[in-house]
Amino acid sequence: MKILVAYKRVVDFNVRIQVKPDGSGVASEGVKLSPNPFDDIALEAALRLREQGIAEEVIIATIAPADAQPHLRNGLAMGANRAIHVVSAEPVQPLAAARALLKLVEKEQPGLVILGKQAIDDDCSQTGQMLAALWDRPQATFASKLEVADGKATVTREVDAGLETIEVDLPAVITTDLRLNEPRFIKLPDIMKAKAKPIETVELASLGVAHGGEISNTNYAPPAKRSRGVMVKDVAELVALLQQKGLA
Amino acid sequence: MSKVLIIAEHLNGQLNTATARCVTCARALQPEAIDVLVLSDAPAAVAAQAAKLDGVSKVLNVARAENAHPLAAVLAPQIAAAARSGAYTHLLLPSTTFGKDVAPRAAALLGVGQVSDIMSVTGPHTFTRPIYAGNAIVTVETPSDALVVGTVRTASWPAMGEGANTAPVEALPVDAVLPTHTRFVGLQQASSERPDLQSAAKVVSGGRGVGSKENFEIIYKLADKLHAAAGASRAAVDAGYCPNDMQVGQTGKIIAPELYIAIGISGAIQHLTGIKDAGTIVAINKDGDAPIYEVADIGLVGDLFKLVPELEAAL
Ligand SMILES: Cc1cc2nc3c(=O)[nH]c(=O)nc-3n(C[C@H](O)[C@H](O)[C@H](O)COP(=O)(O)OP(=O)(O)OC[C@H]3O[C@@H](n4cnc5c(N)ncnc54)[C@H](O)[C@@H]3O)c2cc1C
Repeated sequence: MKILVAYKRVVDFNVRIQVKPDGSGVASEGVKLSPNPFDDIALEAALRLREQGIAEEVIIATIAPADAQPHLRNGLAMGANRAIHVVSAEPVQPLAAARALLKLVEKEQPGLVILGKQAIDDDCSQTGQMLAALWDRPQATFASKLEVADGKATVTREVDAGLETIEVDLPAVITTDLRLNEPRFIKLPDIMKAKAKPIETVELASLGVAHGGEISNTNYAPPAKRSRGVMVKDVAELVALLQQKGLA
Repeated sequence: MSKVLIIAEHLNGQLNTATARCVTCARALQPEAIDVLVLSDAPAAVAAQAAKLDGVSKVLNVARAENAHPLAAVLAPQIAAAARSGAYTHLLLPSTTFGKDVAPRAAALLGVGQVSDIMSVTGPHTFTRPIYAGNAIVTVETPSDALVVGTVRTASWPAMGEGANTAPVEALPVDAVLPTHTRFVGLQQASSERPDLQSAAKVVSGGRGVGSKENFEIIYKLADKLHAAAGASRAAVDAGYCPNDMQVGQTGKIIAPELYIAIGISGAIQHLTGIKDAGTIVAINKDGDAPIYEVADIGLVGDLFKLVPELEAAL
């Protein structure tokens, strides 16, 4: 079985985002970029299934500008067998990403597609579900536990009410939550080895992806700020303030 | 004019309050009609609750054995069929794990993009939503000739009350072939006598500073004294101090209680994004420079093991 992992490059989670004064976007000059944390978890899950002998090959795919090759080398160093770079100068929305991934799925015929449950830039949480719909296959989102056997995956999902377990027939789409695993660290020899691994490059336009249903981002603004409040010196003062506000 | 279809979220015959928040968001569209769709094996009780919400025009029931559990692959084709047949302009679900799972699947079947986490409505096709863990707010515009599919950021919208409304309840015949490739196995609910985290007026949360599962008792004791829900940071959940459904933040629950007390929580942006809309934030931390104090309305610096029992006793 092959596993396809969607592996997005995003602004690192430690960066404090600044909105441009003219509202045209967020400042991206010189900002640190990293793999989406949830996608690292997705890749780790795929690598573990390969190590268990359940999968033979792990392929990472990204839709990103031409300069994203180091990002893919990173995923290859972590242990993916090969990479597909769908080149797009412009960022794509989840529906377009799902349509592009479907083209890769049709070509590669993976038994599992694993994605992060959300990308920490647009925070949409849509692509995996949309891919599953277009592919007409099961989805198991927000996975915190994953077992694969006998052509089926048993997945524990983090839902608002607690932990839900579902069973899905393969092929299927899984999206990862934070507690599924802790991604491994990349070692120096792995970085050397990754240099020899293949990266296939395709232009997004050449995939023949359908259009329509796009949403446009027209303005960006900083969020309403909460201001620093008062410091109290002891519990009595805190209780007095809470009572004054009618909260205790 | 807009015509809105809201998908009801429910569990064990109870309508989730997130649905009433979707009704408030729908009303901001000034629509000619707001219909609520209840997909269930036994929809009657939930439909009766939805029919009472102010502003609801009609409740539509789809009663099928396959709808006993909310499986996205099973629900989405029925939702898409209902959205098409009723000539709706907007399809709304709450931005809960239920809505996040189902809505994009329905949107893709309908061939449209989705607006996630709607914070405000500025027109029938113009909305604002948070990105980058709430560090930027983007205005989005959807195509004017296409159905709008959106999830509603529940913390941004108060729950519509139950008034004198008695909207009609009708059975909706839905012609959709449902897949059998996805099967429900079980739901492990963290049983809690405390108020529900997502709708509670008061929340007491503990972080890594609390130090252990046993120590979390002091968080629960304070919560019980205040009739508050109990929450946690990701670090506390990851360390196994408390169950996952207590996590507050970018990847947990986004909440807007009147009072939020953060104990032994440093205030990482991923945590703060979950509490931005809280009325009053109180922070208790031994580190006076912790970022939580940048957003706290009331800050108290000191050892939580001394201060929290003291606070509990003083209330
Ligand atoms: C993709 C991604 C998503 C994330 N999503 C979330 C999310 O949804 N929610 C979330 O919370 N985090 C999330 N995080 C994690 C977040 O970045 C922080 O790591 C986390 O919030 C830290 O939790 P904490 O404040 O409990 O722990 P710490 O940052 O370790 O803080 C512990 C605090 O306790 C204080 N303390 C220790 N002992 C005492 C004592 N005796 N008395 C008083 N104070 C004491 C310390 O001074 C410190 O400030 C996410 C991270 C990533 C990368």
